[in-house]
Amino acid sequence: MRVMANVAMVMNLDKCIGCHTCTVTCKQVWTNRPGTEYVYFNNVETKPGIGYPKRYEDQEQWHGGWTLDRKGRLQLKAGGRLRKLLSIFYNPDLPSIDDYGDPWTYDYQTVLDAPLGTPNPAAHSISALTGKDMNIGWGSNFEDDLAGAPETGLRDPNLAGLEERVKMEFEQVFMFYLPRICEHCLNPSCVASCPSGAMYKRAEDGIVLVDQDKCRGWRFCVSGCPYKKVYFNHRTGKAEKCTFCFPRIEAGQPTVCSETCVGRLRYLGLFLYDADKVLAAAATPDVQDLYEAQLDVFLDPNDPEVAAAAERDGIPYNWLEAARRSPVYELAVRHRVALPLHPEYRTLPMVWYIPPLSPVADVVSATGYDADDPDAVFATIEALRIPIEYLANLFTAGDSEVIRTVLRKLAAMRAIQRATQLGLPLDARLAGSVGATTDDLDDLYRLLAIAKYDQRYVIPPAHAEEAGRLMGQHEQLFCSLDTDGGPGMGGMGPTGPHGIGSWSPEGRRTLPVVGQDRH
Amino acid sequence: MSPCVWSLIDARSEARAAMSTTGAQIFWWVVLPYVALGVFVVGHIWRWRYDQFGWTSRSTQLQERRLLKWGAPIFHYGTFAAIGGHVIGVLIPERWTRAIGIPEAGYRWFSAIAGTIAAVLIIGGVVVLALRRLFVPRVRATTSPIDYVALILLLIIILTGIAPTVGVNLFGHGYDYRTTVAPWFRGLFSGSPQIAGIAHAPFIYQLHATAAWVIWGVWPFSRLVHAWSYPLWYLWRPYVVFRSRVAQRPTEPGTGGRKWRKIGVPY
Ligand code: HEM
Ligand code: SF4
Ligand code: SF4
Repeated sequence: MRVMANVAMVMNLDKCIGCHTCTVTCKQVWTNRPGTEYVYFNNVETKPGIGYPKRYEDQEQWHGGWTLDRKGRLQLKAGGRLRKLLSIFYNPDLPSIDDYGDPWTYDYQTVLDAPLGTPNPAAHSISALTGKDMNIGWGSNFEDDLAGAPETGLRDPNLAGLEERVKMEFEQVFMFYLPRICEHCLNPSCVASCPSGAMYKRAEDGIVLVDQDKCRGWRFCVSGCPYKKVYFNHRTGKAEKCTFCFPRIEAGQPTVCSETCVGRLRYLGLFLYDADKVLAAAATPDVQDLYEAQLDVFLDPNDPEVAAAAERDGIPYNWLEAARRSPVYELAVRHRVALPLHPEYRTLPMVWYIPPLSPVADVVSATGYDADDPDAVFATIEALRIPIEYLANLFTAGDSEVIRTVLRKLAAMRAIQRATQLGLPLDARLAGSVGATTDDLDDLYRLLAIAKYDQRYVIPPAHAEEAGRLMGQHEQLFCSLDTDGGPGMGGMGPTGPHGIGSWSPEGRRTLPVVGQDRH
Repeated sequence: MSPCVWSLIDARSEARAAMSTTGAQIFWWVVLPYVALGVFVVGHIWRWRYDQFGWTSRSTQLQERRLLKWGAPIFHYGTFAAIGGHVIGVLIPERWTRAIGIPEAGYRWFSAIAGTIAAVLIIGGVVVLALRRLFVPRVRATTSPIDYVALILLLIIILTGIAPTVGVNLFGHGYDYRTTVAPWFRGLFSGSPQIAGIAHAPFIYQLHATAAWVIWGVWPFSRLVHAWSYPLWYLWRPYVVFRSRVAQRPTEPGTGGRKWRKIGVPY
């Protein structure tokens, strides 16, 4: 056993209202620069829909992620290393800017400069790539709320095999939002695809990053990621990707998308996992077993054996503690309501989703039943074959049984809460029928419905004591009087002459981090 | 092949050179090439140390893929063939190929045919790439002046390189650049460039050689640096790379540690 830690996220899709606040705040922080106009590290898709970039989920078209070769060994879907090196001059699997949406802005100046009395001066749309007039054709959110879905919706790869049954009568169709960021996979195919070795996974927290100095612009990571969450900056000629807001995570703060999420549906925490098991899990023969295989890679932080191994492998004690309080571990492993997105890509993604029950419940209400009556919900879950199978294509490589189990559990949780709140009679066997105890379901309800800031985000700050020591030395380069106890210390206050300050590992505890109930 | 044969030939051509070299010729064929070589070496060291962030192929495939699909591979494979041809034709002395029994006529035919194939590839490729740079607005928008300079120089080198290969060798009476241009070029590296050979070569060879040393001077400052980063290491490194967060010295005050360029600054 080799214990490693990975920060991870769970999103509760039931609560996403598709407001795009996460997208906008992320964009403002990370991709508000020339060359990244078309880039959304966080984007929110309406499902069913073809997504951003178009049909990214169809790996027969884009060849992202991993597959197994004839001998059952893990292999990049886009082909071997030699093949990459030979096709380096033109990457056959790279999406073009039109697949993402040609970025545009408006010629506001015309409006501003319009002489007095000009009737309705119009701001033309101009291409952010060329500055020339353009007709807007596609963008990352062009399918919002199923807009245009009668034309594009049926091309959603997750509808494969369901087309005949989905007539796409969009007034009645099942719809939900899918916010997406980089999955910070345990077995990242983007990293494996980078010929320069410029991409890496951080050993401490599993965040996957691109070294901007080492990237040579061979653009294989972009096509290698099955979720298409590495982007090419067309101005700098370098790849960029979601950073999991690592500067915030290091300070114990949640990512920007989580912090600003209107639905408060994102959970952040640690997984401890057994690094020795990763490759075997990713090479699980049957794609439908990948979900269980990944669960099996995760380690139980309450297991004394795991704790001992974690200490041996250099996991700091407060990280182990954080892993024990991890909301993502609770949701994914203890309650088993969170599922990985497209496990069949074999990257072992680390952003998991609680499948949405609401659209199902809506259908129940629409048919005149009590949406909180678990029997009715269960019956509908069975009857609504399309959404279940659709969800299965998203989260379990097509295994509808797992989805059904999760939705049943969520329905039972709601029913129990409703019964207790309204003093209705409660079937005592209900919790047992979904493989849980009433206490379990109560905990789940608390975590999903009323968890506060420091329960939703359990992020241990990075250990940077060594950095602090170096920083202290560096300070001396400027003013030898500023050393501890030196004459320069007097009247210096908390911040030093160069904004560096007398920084010490103890000092960071005064940072406003988790632990405050801000929401 | 023995060292004394070498020096005999050198002495002979040096004598010939001494008779007919002017100051301008020395400047053009010795001084400037050495300046370009110096810029090439120092420029690369400088760029490597100070501009890792700018060291990239600056791919434009995102903006345009149909033309690139043909242009880029054809151009690059053609270039590699041409570079290989130069290694054979210019860097390897004629005596060596004679010594292993390759007759002059055979060599000439091989060079003409292989050279023509490489030339057709390369010129097809570079024309597609240049047209793409000029006429596809999205690509043009990301093009910096140095890109044009590099492409134009490549175009000159290629055209002037092909014309003699195809025309003179194949149809004309043949001009043996291996005893004139090549010794000059080799001499640049061995420290005794023979000016007479190049100074009296046909103009087209002179243009070719000039554009070649100009491009050395431009190379480190253009995207051409990407050629040195061919990621051969990929063949045997582990797939997934892990890195540990290392404690790092903070950056100098005032720079903000910026490796990224400022927002809004043109590239
Ligand atoms: C040694 C290995 C080399 C590799 C792996 C390589 C790879 C590449 C790649 C990936 C691109 C970007 C294509 C795109 O737009 O997506 C490119 C462009 C380019 N390469 Fe290379 N290259 C190599 C050597 C060379 C050499 C030796 C030359 C010239 C002497 C050269 C000249 C160029 C030029 C001029 C472009 C720009 C093409 C354009 O106008 O779009 N390359 N190369
Ligand atoms: S989701 Fe993120 S970590 Fe996984 S392959 Fe894509 S870019 Fe890499
Ligand atoms: S901010 Fe939250 S609720 Fe709004 S779209 Fe993003 S994930 Fe959904």
